[in-house]
Amino acid sequence: MSSNIRTPMDAAVNATTLTPNGEKPVTEVATQPSRRAFLTTGGTALVLGFVVPRLARAEGLANGIMTPEAASAAGVQLNAFVSIDTAGKVTLMSHRSEMGQGAYSVVPQILAEELEVDIATIAIVVAEGDPQKYGSQLTGGSSTVRGGITQLLKTGATARDMLVRAAATRWNVAPDTCKARLGQVTHTASGRTLGYGALVEDAAKLTPNKDVALKDRKDWTLIGKPIPRADTPLKVNGSARFGIDVRIPGMLFAVVERSPRFVGKVKSFDATKALLVPGVKHVVKTERDVFGKMREGVAVVATSTWAAIKGRRALVVEWDNTGIPEVSSASLTAALKTSLSSKPLNAKTKGDVAAALGATPAVDAIYETPYQAHACMEPINCTAHVTDTAAEIWGPVQAPDWNRGHLAGALKLPMEKVKVNMTFLGGGFGRKAFTDFPLEAALVSRAVKAPVQVVWTREDDLSVGPFRPGAIYHLRGALKDGKISAIEATMAAQNLMEQEPGDTPKKPNDNVTEGLAETYLEMVPNYQFGDVPLVSPVPVMWWRSVYSSTNSFAYESFLDEMARAAKMDPIAFRRQHFDSPRLHALVDKLESVSGWKDRKAGTGYGMSLTYCFSSWAAHVVKVSKAGTGIRIDKVWTVLDCGVAVNPDVIRQQVEGSIVMALGAAVTHEVTFAMGSAVKKNFDTYQLPRLRDIPPIEVHIMENGEPAGGVGEPGLPGLTPALTNAIYDLTGSRIRKLPFDLAKV
Amino acid sequence: MKTKLTVNGRTHEVDADADTPLLWVLRDHLGLTGTKYGCGIARCGACTVHVDGRAVRSCRQELQTVAATAKITTIETLDQNARGKALQEAWIEHSVPQCGYCQSGFLMAATSLLERTPNPTDAQIDTAISNLCRCGTYPRMHAAIRSAARRLTTSEAP
Repeated sequence: MSSNIRTPMDAAVNATTLTPNGEKPVTEVATQPSRRAFLTTGGTALVLGFVVPRLARAEGLANGIMTPEAASAAGVQLNAFVSIDTAGKVTLMSHRSEMGQGAYSVVPQILAEELEVDIATIAIVVAEGDPQKYGSQLTGGSSTVRGGITQLLKTGATARDMLVRAAATRWNVAPDTCKARLGQVTHTASGRTLGYGALVEDAAKLTPNKDVALKDRKDWTLIGKPIPRADTPLKVNGSARFGIDVRIPGMLFAVVERSPRFVGKVKSFDATKALLVPGVKHVVKTERDVFGKMREGVAVVATSTWAAIKGRRALVVEWDNTGIPEVSSASLTAALKTSLSSKPLNAKTKGDVAAALGATPAVDAIYETPYQAHACMEPINCTAHVTDTAAEIWGPVQAPDWNRGHLAGALKLPMEKVKVNMTFLGGGFGRKAFTDFPLEAALVSRAVKAPVQVVWTREDDLSVGPFRPGAIYHLRGALKDGKISAIEATMAAQNLMEQEPGDTPKKPNDNVTEGLAETYLEMVPNYQFGDVPLVSPVPVMWWRSVYSSTNSFAYESFLDEMARAAKMDPIAFRRQHFDSPRLHALVDKLESVSGWKDRKAGTGYGMSLTYCFSSWAAHVVKVSKAGTGIRIDKVWTVLDCGVAVNPDVIRQQVEGSIVMALGAAVTHEVTFAMGSAVKKNFDTYQLPRLRDIPPIEVHIMENGEPAGGVGEPGLPGLTPALTNAIYDLTGSRIRKLPFDLAKV
Repeated sequence: MKTKLTVNGRTHEVDADADTPLLWVLRDHLGLTGTKYGCGIARCGACTVHVDGRAVRSCRQELQTVAATAKITTIETLDQNARGKALQEAWIEHSVPQCGYCQSGFLMAATSLLERTPNPTDAQIDTAISNLCRCGTYPRMHAAIRSAARRLTTSEAP
């Protein structure tokens, strides 16, 4: 099974039996292909890139799409985003990472739409981290399509226009009498055709037209089609190379004992016994940077991962935990609950909430969510080779540009001496956007003067963090004439931006309403949304859908409680609070596909409506009684993500979001005791399995709205739809996660 | 300690401690990185390989417990097994993988299931396969396994 995807590890793909023990020499690792290197099939090529919009504006360039020659004349960096060689082969740079979301397929699908080529002919080259060339490379915020679609369409159209003009000149006809399709330009009247490969030399000499007209949406032939993912064949035969699969000649393997108290310092360590383990070569103190503060650890470096793991078991480290608060789950919960009675930092206010709420609000409830780990199936790892003068890393990173900058600064190396290579990511969910683990690997490599792969064990992955913060919400609401007249919402949680001892968050957290369908607020005369930030030694960060993942449980449970207080159907109650035809269409669709109106006795139905990363999601969950607990019979989700580039990839993402939300709702959480996260593995941090998954039916709204996010918006609404369904069936309201489905 | 190991039809001499899990022998000593580390406690199944045709979680299978005569198969040669190949094709047809990291283990486990139960029901699939996937690719697996089973039983019919 072949593939058109080239990652920086491809040279090693053929080296099937390689080993640090020297059983077979390892193929030289491919470095990032230069422009010249990937133009191998043919000769001269048409290369088009775009100057990062921020830099284009600074340089006064009206149109950022240029050929390398023009860029060189203007003295700006170009990213050689797309190239077509004389054999007609198209190569596309992927500057974002592939972490399961289908980036290597959906991005070419958009490009091919305007370039008019067969998508199967597009080869993907994975770019290295370079913010000067690519702008933000952070693969997060569900941004790959919604952030890139316009640039991709324009780049494809501009290249196609140059090829058409080159053909028209060759035939001495007007360009508008020619059509491009499937890698060929045809002169409609005479039927003459020329392949792109035959035209690239001429096309490359033309000046790109500014603002080439883009196709009308109704003329799209690729966008909107469920085109199979190009990376699937690599992922069914073991040949996709993830970070943990990186193999470099002479490399060593390391595991690190990190401070259980998060911010503890190494007082001393005894490596005597560790060094006696066969294969263990070095034991060195190391550190990694978590939000600007160094976290310490001791690395055991060996000739194999297993030797390193055994060595670490024999290592003795004494930690200095002076002044570190001894947190536990109970102390964190108590602190968060106490916070709720403090005056919040208000992010959004309108009207007179206190007066509208009066003495007896219709709903007064507290909703609790736990800390969670990302638990990517590929544990955190990174391979680094650092010398006195240069650094190179290979790893599953969501933000290669951030890593490059961070490494250059921390290692005191010039940017051009730092190379960041992205591999496939075995899941990311926000965790792999963090730059702590590549820096840690780099520091270990520098200390032992060899290439080193640092692997986090599953226990490390689940207990070191950063975690999704647990958040507790206090919500109060008043009704007038069956509608919401007031909402008072206070969130107590660690603020992702200012979270550590010494930080004193003063600014309100605008994300307190993330996930909430803010359209509601236009209809609500009085509201107040604020937060009380908690500072603790526990490191926290984004987890798939970020604040929405906890906010939506609170808000959509609250809205259900308000609907019940108003003695109204939950869907009808919500409909009163928005005007948007787009939202009404979404909710109508949800109501019809789920059979909401034909609910039978003995079943519980719950719904939710959420907004996350520019997309709307509406869920219905159906439950019934099973033994002493609850069985989830079915989930219906309707997603409105505007332009839906690849419906099958979108369905995958929504299905996955539902499964991930389900685990966080009913089975797993990170807990703390005596200052540390309780050590867990998959026996105690239980993810859903095949047998736990209800039937899931995903519908995608079709409209011409701008593209919204896909990777995350399906997650936040599942849990409240589930708990609302349980209330519908049993009358018991779940306000604390996780809960046990068997004991509802 | 030097141990002879037959993997994917080739015999290797491996120099590893007797207690080294088969997983790390495959990955770090033989360079067969298609078999994945997920938990190290045989809970997630990312490390599933076949030992004499039986699905085994290699992260808890110490090298010293692997018989000298054992034939080990990994994802890298799964396509040489008719059931494995049918499952790989069904996985592509149903677009099962997302990040792909756990998929080797699922395919090894599913192949082993079809060896014992050529036409499994959804309930039999649920009981037999307890591997973990964090991307949530589960909803497509029942259909993929059933379509591979159908194809195999049809092609095997006289």
